[in-house]
Amino acid sequence: MNHLNEEQLVLHYYGEPGDAPPVEAHLAECQSCRAAYQSLQCLLNTVDVTVPQRPEDYGAQVWQRLNLPLHRPQARFWLLPRNWAMAAAAAVLLVAAFLAGRWQRPASPPPQVAVTGRLRERVLLVALGDHLERSQMILVELANATPELGRGGGRLDISYERSAAEDLLEANRLYRQTAQRTGDAAAANILDDLERTLLEIAHSPSNVSQTQLADLRKQIEDQGILFKVRIFGSRVREREAPVSAANRNL
Amino acid sequence: MEESDLCVVARVRAGDGDGFRLLVERHSRSVFRLAYRMTGNEQDAEDVVQETFLRAFRQLHRYESRASFATWLYRIAANYSLDLIRSRKRHFDHRQHANGEERDPLLSIPSTDPGPDRTAFSSQIQERMTEALNELTPQERTAFVLRHFEGQTIGEIRAVLGIGENAAKHSIFRAVQKLRKTLEPLVNVP
Repeated sequence: MNHLNEEQLVLHYYGEPGDAPPVEAHLAECQSCRAAYQSLQCLLNTVDVTVPQRPEDYGAQVWQRLNLPLHRPQARFWLLPRNWAMAAAAAVLLVAAFLAGRWQRPASPPPQVAVTGRLRERVLLVALGDHLERSQMILVELANATPELGRGGGRLDISYERSAAEDLLEANRLYRQTAQRTGDAAAANILDDLERTLLEIAHSPSNVSQTQLADLRKQIEDQGILFKVRIFGSRVREREAPVSAANRNL
Repeated sequence: MEESDLCVVARVRAGDGDGFRLLVERHSRSVFRLAYRMTGNEQDAEDVVQETFLRAFRQLHRYESRASFATWLYRIAANYSLDLIRSRKRHFDHRQHANGEERDPLLSIPSTDPGPDRTAFSSQIQERMTEALNELTPQERTAFVLRHFEGQTIGEIRAVLGIGENAAKHSIFRAVQKLRKTLEPLVNVP
């Protein structure tokens, strides 16, 4: 047997099965390979990363922060197209109410009107936050779908994601138009990118091949849309908090 | 006797959403460890933990019991960490391109939790280790962390990264080569 190369030594260190017996036999006989292997062992044995300790009740803390929507009967509730349609319709009404409020608001609103304005803003932020969260879920589902999960000859059924994307499109259009009207170019751009991705998903077949899924994933990844939506969503949630606090203090 | 993950998952799927709490409490620490090794900083690791359980809860209908629940969870955590470090890298590359010289913020994060008995030498190794890990591409880092720290098989690493067996092996190999280049001068190898 020729001398072992570095790749063989690395794989042997990690106990990859395959050619283990010949590698071991060679190491027993060849002093130079044994020395090279010992050197690699010594180095890899030192590779460690000190991970900060978490408290004993860390799991409970994570659970508290998650604040999962457990009142829903099943996780798949969100993926039922009928519910998406209802949510989208509600969001559309909320945006319309918000826009109406903005246009009708007098120059110096009396205190009661200011309260109504804040409530409207809170309602819009909550609706927008939910919209972004739902969109994120669709993108995450597709980004994480692997060919191994596909059934029926490597195809994947994305009919839930597809109809959910269809339902989200209308609300997204309204949010984008609102952002454009109010001069929030950054938000309008993100919503525009999101709209194109949702459109792409909505126009995909219900059963996608591995190649089609890879194309969708590539589009999601190339645009960095998941990251953008996530950051935008966090900002909306941050804005939502002070408005909620102001409402509580009234 | 402790209820198995599989039984808890079945309960949650049947509508007992509160059962998910048990899974969160069981696996939070290990997901955090993986996330920290993948992202290299505490804040991002916390973010990954949060997002991992959120995604797991929402995608529970997609979990197939062929793999253990922990493996499935790690796959979600690794994928999200990978997305995060890729986005950071893209963002950083873009900013670096636009602004000229700029140091990667990940590199400036101090090594945390040194421990009172850590020697200056091991501290130096830790710092170089952090730097060396940050030099890896997202794919190399993911493959290396999953193999070296988590003991995942090549098959599992392939599934996380969506690459072939040879590419997965090669990513580990390249990662080791890069780490070796950085760390060998510090380690007294025979």
